[in-house]
Amino acid sequence: MTRTLRGGPRTLLARVMIGVLSLLALGGVVVAIATFEYGRSAARQSFDRLLVGAAQDIAESISISDGAPLVDLPVSAFSLLSLAADDRIFYAVHETDGSLLTGYAGFDLRGVAQQDLTQPAFFDGRMQQEPARFVTVARPFAERAYSGRIFVTVGQTLRARSALALDLTTRALMLTGAVGIVLLVSAFLVIRSAMRPLEGLTAELSRRDPYDLTPMSTGGPAEMAVMVQAMNRFMFRLDRQVGAMKNLISDTAHQLRTPVAAIRAQAELALEDDEDNRAQRLQRMVERTRSLGTLLDQMLSRALVIHRTENAAPTPVDLRDIALGVFESVEDDPDAQVQLSIGDQPVMVMADEISMGEAVKNMLANAVRHGVAPVVIGVSGEGAHSEIWVQDAGGGPPADVLTTMGRRFERSAASKGNSAGLGLSIVRAVTEAFDGQMHMGRVADGFRVTLTFPAGAEGGLV
Amino acid sequence: MIALMLRQFVLVCLGLVMWLPRADAQEAVAQFTAPGATPASELTLRSTTDIAVLSPALQAFVTLYPGIRLNYEQWGSNALYADSLAACMGDTPAADAVFSSGVHQMVDLVNRFCAEPYLSDLTAGLPKARRWRDELWGITKEAAVVIYNTDLVPLDDAPRTRFDLLDLMRRKPATYSGKIATYDIEESGLGYLFAFMDSQQATTFGGLLEGFSRVDAVATCCSAEIISGVDSGQYLLAYNVLGSYLDFASFPRVGVIYPQDYTLFLSRAYMIPKTAENPQNAALLLDFLLSGPGQAILADSNLVQRDSADETGLEQSIQRYISIDPTLLVAMDRQRRLLFEDNWRTTFDRAGQP
Repeated sequence: MTRTLRGGPRTLLARVMIGVLSLLALGGVVVAIATFEYGRSAARQSFDRLLVGAAQDIAESISISDGAPLVDLPVSAFSLLSLAADDRIFYAVHETDGSLLTGYAGFDLRGVAQQDLTQPAFFDGRMQQEPARFVTVARPFAERAYSGRIFVTVGQTLRARSALALDLTTRALMLTGAVGIVLLVSAFLVIRSAMRPLEGLTAELSRRDPYDLTPMSTGGPAEMAVMVQAMNRFMFRLDRQVGAMKNLISDTAHQLRTPVAAIRAQAELALEDDEDNRAQRLQRMVERTRSLGTLLDQMLSRALVIHRTENAAPTPVDLRDIALGVFESVEDDPDAQVQLSIGDQPVMVMADEISMGEAVKNMLANAVRHGVAPVVIGVSGEGAHSEIWVQDAGGGPPADVLTTMGRRFERSAASKGNSAGLGLSIVRAVTEAFDGQMHMGRVADGFRVTLTFPAGAEGGLV
Repeated sequence: MIALMLRQFVLVCLGLVMWLPRADAQEAVAQFTAPGATPASELTLRSTTDIAVLSPALQAFVTLYPGIRLNYEQWGSNALYADSLAACMGDTPAADAVFSSGVHQMVDLVNRFCAEPYLSDLTAGLPKARRWRDELWGITKEAAVVIYNTDLVPLDDAPRTRFDLLDLMRRKPATYSGKIATYDIEESGLGYLFAFMDSQQATTFGGLLEGFSRVDAVATCCSAEIISGVDSGQYLLAYNVLGSYLDFASFPRVGVIYPQDYTLFLSRAYMIPKTAENPQNAALLLDFLLSGPGQAILADSNLVQRDSADETGLEQSIQRYISIDPTLLVAMDRQRRLLFEDNWRTTFDRAGQP
């Protein structure tokens, strides 16, 4: 489940984990910055308090003696500052006029003394090369002998602050890091468990024989079930088409062998026979050839129908157009006495126009060949059903023929030798493809074959 | 062992011969090299410690590192502080190492950013009270004691504590008048440090000053003077004398008391100046002085008090170390010092010098 070999596409898990990792890393950086800032301000606050404490302690120790301020520097102030054990200390006590009373020299009070200084004034600076933090507090005196403000400035280097800030930051970061690792591991486990069905599918697909078109198991989450179902549908269609193709090829081979052999035999006989019989032989050959032509027509028609019903999406079709089209195709044939019976309302179904036309053509051909003239093509719509039918004036085939009718290559004695027996099979295939039903039966004035379909959207409205 | 001691003795004599009088505050100098060695580098050590006391340790050091010539300069603590500060400002050439009993002055130097940091296993092993910022280290352990003349002071009078001393001065002011000595804190940096620590440790300090005033106590400058004075009977008793300077062989009539209320312990501080020319040699000497052999030699020289309760009768709880930390900066404060010395001077002026 790690990355596939160099250059290969990343696995989904790797993609998601990289995403999660980036998110966590980004979060980690944000938390780290926040933590560092927090640590610094916490350390600053706590040590600033020490500074102010020491400065005020020193300020408290100032007294006025003989009209001059006197600083009795308290050890406690320095004990307080010593809590930052390794930091150097600066202190200076200045008089109102800025002169140094005691402590370290070299501090310029002017900037600070201009401030109000009712509150301690903090500022950053340097002690020699080291960065340091300073505070100045002012103690006002209003006595007979001395009046004015005395400034106590205390400073300290930043070692203890930095150490505390680092300590706080490190602890927080370690905790954050631990939480991050736990999150990462949990995310990995959760994502992997969520992806396990996909892995199963992947494994099944890669194990699968490319010629195996049986449906796959549809376990796993909803999104995958949809995918597997779509794939199964596709494989089912493929399977059906492959089956149809196999049928077509085997049928073709089976059906063409006999007529072609017969034609060849006739042709050979015609060559060997004497002049008198040759015309008769040729006549037979022509009949055979015509029969072969019809057979080929039917087979191609069936292949076309199967192809169209598999591949062309159904569209709204007016059954009257079908009936009219078929009627026009035989209208000029003097042998066929065909009538048309359609109304003035459209009769709509959802179907394929070409397949439907082929089916009706075959029905008509059957009626003309086996039935009794006149033959009628009719269309009728009744509520939720749309019908197209072909009727002749005869009594229909015998009962035992009716039961076997519609199977492929089932030719009755009445077939007269020039039919392949594919006609009804085409009709049946088309009917089934568009959710229709075929019905054959006697009616008052003859025998009728009816195709019934659910009414199409527009047809239902009219 | 005898040969080693002999060699040291010869060397000390050699050192004594080489002492050169100089115009500034430098009291004496000596050079240490390993016998027969031709040293390639120098190490200048400025210290307040008497050459004779420190020379065994220094001789052992150059024997261990024959490539180093050790130039020893003995200074008074105040002069050494001033010199080190000047060196820090770049006004005078700095020593490679400074080793002073004026611990508060050393803390101030470090606080003024004059010291070079150094860290080794040995320095890291020092207790917190004996190092600061890895720039200042306490090498020795020396007690501030009360000494008395064993011939002239009856055993009952010998004070075990500061309270005993107060009582004694109250009971027999006539006997001890002009016969009690202590360091003059204006003259001696060490004396000031001891007095300053006393003033912080207990309220008895006020009483002591009052007592000294009553018996016309003498404030004088130097350890040697005080010790020989007690031995000779010029003084009967001396307060806050640095115990490490006591040489019982030379002064048989001097008795030592470790005060039982508390005993102050001083740890001489060692610092490597920022402007030192041979800081690596200074670091070698520091590590040597802190090492087992170094500390043993210092103990033999009386500079490191051995932790033996039998000898001193001292419980751990009454040992007060002068902690090397920034609180000693208070002792350096100008106004605070003026106040303190004013107070002191008032006491001893009223007593009047004999």
